Amino acid sequence: MLEAIILTVITAATPLLLAAIGELVVERSGVLNLGVEGMMVMGAVCGFAGTLTFGTPFAGIIAGALAGMAVSLLFGFATLTLVANQVASGLALTLFGLGLAGLIGEGFVGTPGLKLPALFIPGLTDLPVVGRILFGQDVLVYLSFALVAGVSWFLFRTRAGLVLRAVGDNHGSAHALGYSVVKVRYLAVLFGGACAGLGGAYLSIAYTPLWVESMTAGRGWIALALVVFASWRPGRLVVGAYLFGAVTILQLHAQPLGLGVPSQFLSMLPYLATVVVLVLISGNRRATRFNTPACLGTPFVPDR
Amino acid sequence: MHLELVKRPEVSRVMMVGSPVLAVGLTVIFAAIVFALQGKDPLAGVYYFFLEPLTSSWSIEQLIVKATPLVIIALGLAVCFLSNNWNIGAEGQLTVGAITGSMLPVLVPEFASPATLPLMVLMGALGGALFAAVPAILKTRFGTNEILTSLMLVYASGLFLDWLVRGPWRDPKGFNFPITIAFNDAAIPSTIPIGPLYLNLSAFVALVLVAVLAVTLGRTLKGFEIRVLGQSPRAGAFAGFSARRMTLFAFMVSGALAGIAGILTVASEIGKLQPVISPGYGFTAIIVAFLGRLNPVGILIAGLVIALSYLGGEAIQTTMQMSSKVATVVQGMLLFFVLACDTLILYRVRLVGRAPKEPARA
Repeated sequence: MLEAIILTVITAATPLLLAAIGELVVERSGVLNLGVEGMMVMGAVCGFAGTLTFGTPFAGIIAGALAGMAVSLLFGFATLTLVANQVASGLALTLFGLGLAGLIGEGFVGTPGLKLPALFIPGLTDLPVVGRILFGQDVLVYLSFALVAGVSWFLFRTRAGLVLRAVGDNHGSAHALGYSVVKVRYLAVLFGGACAGLGGAYLSIAYTPLWVESMTAGRGWIALALVVFASWRPGRLVVGAYLFGAVTILQLHAQPLGLGVPSQFLSMLPYLATVVVLVLISGNRRATRFNTPACLGTPFVPDR
Repeated sequence: MHLELVKRPEVSRVMMVGSPVLAVGLTVIFAAIVFALQGKDPLAGVYYFFLEPLTSSWSIEQLIVKATPLVIIALGLAVCFLSNNWNIGAEGQLTVGAITGSMLPVLVPEFASPATLPLMVLMGALGGALFAAVPAILKTRFGTNEILTSLMLVYASGLFLDWLVRGPWRDPKGFNFPITIAFNDAAIPSTIPIGPLYLNLSAFVALVLVAVLAVTLGRTLKGFEIRVLGQSPRAGAFAGFSARRMTLFAFMVSGALAGIAGILTVASEIGKLQPVISPGYGFTAIIVAFLGRLNPVGILIAGLVIALSYLGGEAIQTTMQMSSKVATVVQGMLLFFVLACDTLILYRVRLVGRAPKEPARA
């Protein structure tokens, strides 16, 4: 029973973690992309379509990431090249993504998909208790952890990561030093798009191998909240994503038990938990003030 | 080759009017491409989507029905966005307004008097305002990001409505359908004939609100306060304006307006509560607010333009067997174009060829 719950928590947490790690890099570069939900849903539908077209979930993974990147480019063009308002452009990306995904996915509603297979390592996966949890996951679960470790290393241990953080904290100085603020931000936005696309693809290939319209159900927004919760530190993102995965799964397990609570109230839990967590974390000024990228959400026009 | 922005010496008056028009034009071209990609005749698509709904008085009535909630909500959002408060939970405030406004006809159906409808609107406004106060208070009290909290409450309110109509408020004689009892006649806004058109009372409410907001924003100190605090909270503080109080004010005004839109939509279009009461008016109103350049009169025009896309979506579905989802794509694209074209107000855009490498300046 416990093993089954942990396994489902992992599947609920992975899409959040994937989308949030991408957005963390975007926000560290000083760009606030509120379009995560739109990129995720595009990743979900294209991941599903790619899987069916090429007959393998691995094609779906790639299609999902590419779809996320493609729509993130729209956002990048509007906010970076044309310095449009980032909040409004992010909302535009979400509305556009939800619409376009619905249009693309219309023919796929009700079609059974293919599930991303879990890895099986002889010997290790058979281990009692921890075997399936540690060694029997699908590739995207491992990729999500690799991304967290990679991003953490990149941001705090490499020169390029330092440049990216500099661009996010003070774009004027970074520009004066000769770094291309717009180029760095474009790359960050594309990375964020790819990650959100992967997170979406995970939903339609691994979590529930189906396409349902608006199947992201606000996960993109929860991923945005997770970045704030993690106060822009990759490691804390894992804690946040698994906490939310656990809340999602707990309400699913609590529903058949009844407990006299109507199912709608249990379904509210992840959303209300997000609000509570945001309140708690923003009450803690030290954690937020210190780490918030100073140029987050402010447009940059290079002067010559 | 890349685009370069050159700051205009002063704001372009031409572009302030021209940019939304340009954005709509680009959207029409984009829509034609979408039609062509779906293997349909793009010209016929553009005709059925954008023009055909304007050819009969029935569809013009429908256009106004759809535009009404969009305009009412967008007016409130303009107050928020102008004062730099990002309320994107209007859909939730609409839902709560519809619920609180419906308390009268659902719980006390025998109360049918001329006061019923005004009371419902009042309660809808109150419910929406109080629900919008939650993210506002969290923002002023704890510094919580209002974008995320207001959005999370949309999901919570939708689930709450779902519970109400399947649980305590379900019509016992409704064959187990998730609906409340039908509103009594006193709870339904009447229609008023204007020439060949029969217009719902709600449309006139929207017009009055446009006038009220236009005067408030353009001619009063409150309007000035909203603008100043939005552009520079510091300057506002020197003028003695409180950004915190403004946050609460802007959220409650926009919540009240979304609540009014919610109860009016339910009363005039549906006549009862059901799990889904709005095709995303609260989100689409964000597009309306920006397309109208956050100006009440602009919002009135923008509301009609966006409402056209809802009707156009239905029109291409029936006449050309295309998905009505095209409408959502077109709406999303329109917002992108509006935001991108707004750049032209402050900047000139130049296409620059690869410039010869300048020698490094000391």
